Amino acid sequence: MQKMSAMNRKLIQNLAETLCKQVKHFDKRETECLIRLFSGLLGEQAERRAAHGLDRVRFRNILHNTFGMTDDMMMDSVFRAFDKDNDTYISVKEWVEGLSVFLRGALDEKIKFCFDVYNLHGDGYISREEMLQMLKDSLIRQPTEEDPDEGIKDIVEIALKKMDHDHDGKVSYSDFEKTVKDENLLLEAFGNCLPDAKVEITSNYFCM
Amino acid sequence: MGETFSRAIQWSSDADQLENSPLNNDILTEILLFTEDFDDRYPKEARILFREPLQWKTSLEAADFTSDIYDTRGEAAVSLECDDNRSPLLQLSPPDITVHSFYHLSNLLQLSKDKTMKEIRACLEGDTLIVHAFIAILLLLVNELYFCSVCVFLPREGRLSPEAVNTEVDLLKRFCGTGENRALKSVSYTSDYVFSNGCRSPPWRQMDGEICSLIIETCDTEPTLFITCSTSGVFFDERINGEGGVNYYMRKSELYKDIITLLKNMSPHFAVAANEQGFFYNVLLCMDSSHFYPEKILWESTSPSVCLKDIKLWASLNINMSNRCICVCMHSKSPGGAGDFSESSSEDEEDEEQPERRAEIPTDLPSEYWQIQKLVKYLKGANQTATVIVLCALRDFNLVQETCQLAIRDVGGLEVLINLLDTDDIRCKIGSLKILKEISCNSQIRQTIADLGGLQTMVSILDSPDKELKGLAAETIANVAKFRRARRTVRQHGGIKRLVELLDCVPNGVSMSAEQERDVEVARCGALALWSCSKSTRNKESIRRAGGIPLLARLLKSSQKNMLIPVVGTLQECASEKSYRIAIQTEGMIEDLVKNLSCDNQELQMHCASAIFKCAEDKHTRDLVRQYEGLKPLVMLLNEAENKQLLAATTGAIWKCSISLENVAKFQEYKALEILVGLLKDQPEEVLVNVVGALAECAQISENLATIRKSGGIQPLVNLLTGTNQALLGNVTRAVGACATDPENMVIIDRLDGVRLLWSLLKNPNPEVQANAAWAICPCIENTKDAGEMVRSFVGGLELIVNLLKSQNKAVLASVCAAIAKIAKDVENLAVITDHGVVPMLANLTNTGDDKLRRYLAEAIACCCKWGSNCVSFGEAGAVAPLVHYLRSKDPSVHQATARALFELSKDPNNCITMHENGVVKLLLIMIGSTDEILQEAAASCVANIRRLALANDKAKYG
Repeated sequence: MQKMSAMNRKLIQNLAETLCKQVKHFDKRETECLIRLFSGLLGEQAERRAAHGLDRVRFRNILHNTFGMTDDMMMDSVFRAFDKDNDTYISVKEWVEGLSVFLRGALDEKIKFCFDVYNLHGDGYISREEMLQMLKDSLIRQPTEEDPDEGIKDIVEIALKKMDHDHDGKVSYSDFEKTVKDENLLLEAFGNCLPDAKVEITSNYFCM
Repeated sequence: MGETFSRAIQWSSDADQLENSPLNNDILTEILLFTEDFDDRYPKEARILFREPLQWKTSLEAADFTSDIYDTRGEAAVSLECDDNRSPLLQLSPPDITVHSFYHLSNLLQLSKDKTMKEIRACLEGDTLIVHAFIAILLLLVNELYFCSVCVFLPREGRLSPEAVNTEVDLLKRFCGTGENRALKSVSYTSDYVFSNGCRSPPWRQMDGEICSLIIETCDTEPTLFITCSTSGVFFDERINGEGGVNYYMRKSELYKDIITLLKNMSPHFAVAANEQGFFYNVLLCMDSSHFYPEKILWESTSPSVCLKDIKLWASLNINMSNRCICVCMHSKSPGGAGDFSESSSEDEEDEEQPERRAEIPTDLPSEYWQIQKLVKYLKGANQTATVIVLCALRDFNLVQETCQLAIRDVGGLEVLINLLDTDDIRCKIGSLKILKEISCNSQIRQTIADLGGLQTMVSILDSPDKELKGLAAETIANVAKFRRARRTVRQHGGIKRLVELLDCVPNGVSMSAEQERDVEVARCGALALWSCSKSTRNKESIRRAGGIPLLARLLKSSQKNMLIPVVGTLQECASEKSYRIAIQTEGMIEDLVKNLSCDNQELQMHCASAIFKCAEDKHTRDLVRQYEGLKPLVMLLNEAENKQLLAATTGAIWKCSISLENVAKFQEYKALEILVGLLKDQPEEVLVNVVGALAECAQISENLATIRKSGGIQPLVNLLTGTNQALLGNVTRAVGACATDPENMVIIDRLDGVRLLWSLLKNPNPEVQANAAWAICPCIENTKDAGEMVRSFVGGLELIVNLLKSQNKAVLASVCAAIAKIAKDVENLAVITDHGVVPMLANLTNTGDDKLRRYLAEAIACCCKWGSNCVSFGEAGAVAPLVHYLRSKDPSVHQATARALFELSKDPNNCITMHENGVVKLLLIMIGSTDEILQEAAASCVANIRRLALANDKAKYG
């Protein structure tokens, strides 16, 4: 066991050396910590799957336990945003790259990240339907009204009006980018997909 | 609220101690805050004496009474202020303390600092009744309602009593009158006879429970109302004139529970007065009657009776057990008016709370209204994500437009926005504050935010680690705290200290990190909020105590104008306090203020000039302004004559700086006088006051007198003598007086009839104007040809000036004596003023200790001796002995005038004897040794006269 971890240490150091050059915001030591954390999480997984990387369930656990996310759909979307090659597993590289934006990203990077999260269908646009899906639980339904979803639909229209600068009925990346740069509050316009301020402050601890 | 309070106060089982429960402590805090502030808010009322003093066992000691309104003797302390019987209004003989007015109560609480809570508790325990009194007043004041009258009735057992009816009738009578705004014309009983049981109705009617009958004339119902009060209620009846002159009544209306209720139903006019103006306001206070003692009146009004409009705030509180009711009459100030209650002189009228002007909702509401209503509805049921979207959508409305601002309020949006400030979600808070910050530029919104407790929440947000959030909260506070009550709320919830903490940053780092820049932005927001808050005197003090001055001094080094404006704005506001003026000088802020006089922003320039204006009363500050080369930029700013506020501040600074002669020399060099003279026309009064003040100071140097004349200044100055502004007249009289010392100027003044104008200002009620006018008259008489003739031509003028010798004001007396000395040089006029009794009046003043008055009084006496038997009369009026003592004065100018007076008086032998008896010779011998030749000569001549009398006496005796 000891022998193996010694071997691992060497491996991890090499990997960290390579990765920290490709990824912003983390130095070598921090990268090393993240890799070690990653392999720790992998260890809890069944051997067969570990070969591919973190699966969706493990990843969602982290999002829930460490970052306090609760919305199922958002967590799945964040998973997809991390999983760049769409193989339903998060590789060590995807892990480090994803976290660098997630924890330390500059505004531009975060805009890109959030857009990827909200772009449920992956077609490069956030459509009315996607918004409706993401906001469906954001308002108390008024059962007395004819259409209880009317409020939600209205809010979707409000959001669309605010963001759709080129009036094509959907929000493109450049629409989204412009909106958020005008009003930072709209970065997480369709749901909580970034750690909140308190976690950000403790992110150093997370990387130790 | 009153109900909650009185019920909530928890007494311990033995009923004379307040339990130490959190609830009691909260109530005590409320009472404490109210009492501490009472003196500030209702200065006049605070001075009214309690019918009976408050007494309790205090923990304070004589050593705590440090303020100069007290006198401490050993262990005891008393206030210097006394009542008519000369007993002090506060008396401490440990452990007992007696207090007679709110003024002293509130000062006492301020003295006790950390012991305040203990004191107020002890005070309340000393007298259980006072608890209810406080609660009743608190109920009225804390709510800040515009009450006119409030009756707080104790529960009655469903039946009226004669006493209750009496009280109600007495109350109603106070609101009858002849004015347009009266609620009723008259109220009277049908019978003056009162039976022993208190009823007025005839015995056979008493059988039916009747108490009395009333005739009430309302303003709008015809005919007169006839009302009968019975134990079961009040009804009004139709009078049927029966046979035999006996009046029969038929019950006509339903029963009302009291007269006021009946009147509200019968007279629309009365109902309007009652409801809209808050004329009558009935509150049932369910109090436990065991807490009341019979017949005790805490506080009684001495104000004239009530008229509905323009009434000053006034409270009287009667607690009367036998009538089983508490009657609190609050005569509130008329809405929106009355600057009497401002905490600070600088409070603008626009800052005053506006009365609610919630117009009826017009039929054609703009579409924004409905959109905003919908968004606010969503806000109420949205989660964080949707909330942020909706808040951003709200921000897209034109929030500077009043329709949008009021729409948000009218659909209940302010409640929601303020509630959001209490959530955990930082984005919701930021979004909400961004809206509140915009709409709080509206005064009605400000008031509603304060009413809803928004300030308290915003103050607590100032502790947040998020800098954007802190900054927004401070900026919003800056907008809301534009009226007195809001400023007080900020202070009372610890906002001042927190805001001062925001100022802590390095304003001018060489290469600032993003974080440091954010700190600077937060500091700027903090300064904005402090600027708003600093309009209250107490807040100025709190800022200082929280250590704000050095932080402001550091921010003053900033190069950003948007930082400097609130910082200098705060400083100039606070410079009304001496502690700040000293600090501005010692912390080196004058240099920065001077530097910014030359910036390119007029608002900043104005605040800098205004700060210098307020600080330059101090000589060292004036010197510093010169040393840092601030005088030239000030003169340059005089060219910005279009911006009147800037001009007023600049001329003010120039005025105060010109008190130092070195500065006047600089102003001459910069040709400031010529520009100032040009500003004597077509300027607002606040500019004129300063311009004329500056000219008056500059005219102390004689070469400037010609400059003022040559640039055409005399005529506009003389013209200003006809004005009414007291501050302006005070300065104009000084300036004209200074100009009159130049004979060429005097020719112009005389031609413009300036002396007559000056003379008529002796009738001005303001002592400063009177004194300055009298001073100005002196050089006029001296420099006018045929001055005697001119003075005689003023009908009643001599009598007027002699009568001013009855003034209580020392400055007026000194100036009038000086003028009389000049007048008396004309023998004919001397004869006239002698007839007007100048001699005994002057003699009356001789016991003064004021050196300035002594000097001019002696001069006047010297000059007045030269007519008829005046010399003898002065001796008979007892003027001689006090004059001798003037020679012991430390002021050499007193000596000369006195010696001259004594020399004149020594021409009468009896006066010589009096002088000799008072030891004059020894004193005069010292004066003879003076270097002042006039003094030498007068003293020597006086001694010679005394000596001659002695020789003559010897000769007569010994032949």
